[in-house]
Amino acid sequence: MSAVLELNHIAKAHDSGNGQRVQALNGVSLSVKAGDFVAVQGPSGSGKTTLLLIAGGLLAPDQGVVSIGGRDLGAMSAEGRARFRADNVGFVFQQFHLVPYLSVLHNVMTPAVATHVEDARERAEELIARFGLGDRADHPTARLSTGERQRTALARALLNQPKLLLADEPTGNLDVDNAGKVLAGLSDFAKTGGAVLLVTHDDNSATRADRVVWLKDGKQAGAPAASI
Amino acid sequence: MKIWGMIWREIAFRKFNFVLALLSVSAAVACLIGTLTLLRTDKAEVAKAGAGLEDAIRKITKGLGFNVIILPEDQDLNEMHLEGSLNKQMPEEYAHRLAESKIVTINHLLPTIMKKLTWPETGLPIVLYGTRGEVPIQHRDPKKPLLDTVPKGTMIIGHHVSQKLGLKEGDETTLLGHKFFLGKVHGERGNIDDATVWINLTEAQELLGMQNLIHAIQALECHCAGDRISQIRVEIARILPGTQVLERGPPALARAEARDQARQSAEDASKRREAFAAVLAPLIWVGAAVWIGFLMLGNVRERRAEIGILRAIGFRSSQILLLFLGKAFLFGILGTLLGFVVGALAGASLGEMTAGWESLQNPEVPIHFVLALGLAVALSVFASWIPALSAARQDPALVLQEE
Repeated sequence: MSAVLELNHIAKAHDSGNGQRVQALNGVSLSVKAGDFVAVQGPSGSGKTTLLLIAGGLLAPDQGVVSIGGRDLGAMSAEGRARFRADNVGFVFQQFHLVPYLSVLHNVMTPAVATHVEDARERAEELIARFGLGDRADHPTARLSTGERQRTALARALLNQPKLLLADEPTGNLDVDNAGKVLAGLSDFAKTGGAVLLVTHDDNSATRADRVVWLKDGKQAGAPAASI
Repeated sequence: MKIWGMIWREIAFRKFNFVLALLSVSAAVACLIGTLTLLRTDKAEVAKAGAGLEDAIRKITKGLGFNVIILPEDQDLNEMHLEGSLNKQMPEEYAHRLAESKIVTINHLLPTIMKKLTWPETGLPIVLYGTRGEVPIQHRDPKKPLLDTVPKGTMIIGHHVSQKLGLKEGDETTLLGHKFFLGKVHGERGNIDDATVWINLTEAQELLGMQNLIHAIQALECHCAGDRISQIRVEIARILPGTQVLERGPPALARAEARDQARQSAEDASKRREAFAAVLAPLIWVGAAVWIGFLMLGNVRERRAEIGILRAIGFRSSQILLLFLGKAFLFGILGTLLGFVVGALAGASLGEMTAGWESLQNPEVPIHFVLALGLAVALSVFASWIPALSAARQDPALVLQEE
C-alpha cells in the first residue's frame, strides 16, 4: 500500500529564545501508510510537536521532503498548502482549539467553510451522533466537558474525510474514559483506511497504535528500556 | 455555514467589541452629517435672513418714497410736496415704453394715479391712489413685485381713513358711486399713507375720467447714487420726452451697501463655521479610525488561537482577512445608519429647523447618505486593514506551539 505521509530526512532548528539555535529535528524519516496508526513518543523537547506541524505543512522544514499522498508540500505555496490541508488533513490538539462563538454543530462544520464538503451538515450530524454528542449539537462549546470538547474536535477533524489525521497529545487533558473514546475514534479512522500520526508522551495511548516511533533530541531512537 | 455566518456569530458572541466599533463609526458619521446639516440649515438661514433683510429694506424704501418719480414736465412740484397730489397727466403707455427700452439704471416701474379729493359719499379728504402693479422690464429677469396689485373691486385704506369712517376689513363701501370690497386696512404709518385710499389703476382711471392716462411713473432701486441722476434724466428724457425726473428717498447706493454688508457679515459667520467644521470633522474621523484600529487589534489578539486552528484546518489568508474585514464592513454600514439619523436630527435641532424630519426630506440627504456610507465603510475597512492583515499573516505553527 502506498504511503499517505512521507517524511524524508527532516531537519528543523529554531531559536531557543536566548539567541541560541536548537536543533528540534535532525534527519527524521517516517512513512505512514493508509490504515496505519503510528504513534510518536519521546520526552518533552524531543521534537514531537515540531514533527507533527511539519507533517501537516504548518511548519516548513530546514531540510528534507514532506509529501502527503505523493504531493510534495515544499513545492506548494502557503495558500496552496492551506487548500491542500483543507482537503486532505485533519488536526486534533491537546487544547481542542474549538471556536468559542460556534455551537458544537458549527464547530464540526468549520472545515466546510474552508473547502467544499459534500453534504456537510448531514455528515457533521452523523459524526456528532457517532461521538455521543447528539444532544449537545446546539450547545456552545463553553458548556461542554473536556471530553466532549475533544470529541467535538475529533469530529471536526474527520468532517472533510481526510487522508491523514494528525493528533497532538489528544488525550493529555482527558480522563481515562474520555481518552479511551478519543483513541477509539482514531483507531476506527485508521481501520477505515485513514492514516493516523499520534504524538503522545503517554504509554497507554501509544499502545493503541500499530507502530511507535521514538524521538530523542530531535532524532529517531530506540524505545527506552522502561517502555520495552 | 458560510463565512458570513461565522462573522455574525462572532459579532453576537463579542457584542461589546462590535458595539464599541459601531459607536465609533456612528460618532464619525453623526459628526459629518450633523455638520453638513448644520451648515446647510445655516446657509438656508443666511439666505432667509438675507432675503428678509432685502424685503425689509424694500418695504422701508417704499415707505420712504421711490427713488425716482417721473412726472409730466409741466407738473408743479409744489403741488406734490404741499398737497400730496398730482394734477398733470401723461399716457400710461409711457410706462410700457420705458419698460421696453434698454434702460439699465431703473428697476420696478409702477404707473400711478395720485389725486387728492374729497370722498363724496363720506366727505372725508383723501389721497386716491390708483396702482396696477409693476410693469415688467422686458430685457431683465422678472423681479419680485414691490407693491401688490390691488384687484379690481377691492380697496385698501390707510389707518386714519379707517379710524375716521369706522371701516374694517371685509366691509363694503362706495367711492364715487362705485362699490368696493375693503380688502385691507394698513396699520398706522405716520405719513400720507394713513390718509390714502388705494384702488386698481384701471378703476381709478375710469372714476376720474383718465382712461389710459396716469400721473406718474415711480421707479425703485434705480442706480442713481451721486451725480448719476443727471445721466438718468438725460436717458429718460430721450425715451420719454416732455417728462421730468425727480429723485426721492435716500440714496440707493447706501441702501445697497448696507444690504451687502449685512449679507457679507452673515456669509462670513457661515464661512467661519465651515472652516471650523473642515478641521473638526477630519479630526474626529482620524480619531475614530485609530480607535477602530485598536479595537480590531484587540479582537485579533483575542482570536489568535482561533486564527491558528482555522489556518490549520485550511482557511486561506483571504478567508481570514474576510473574517475581520467583513465585520468591519458590517459595523461600517450599521454605524452609518445609526450615525446618520443621530447626525441629521442633531444638526437639524442645532440649526433651529422646525423639525428633524424636515431636514431628512432635503434633496441633498440621499447624496449625504451615500457619501457617509462610502466614507464610513472605507474608514472601517481601512482602520481594520492592518489588524486583519496581521491576522491573515499569522503563523499558525507559532500559535499552536505556544498553546
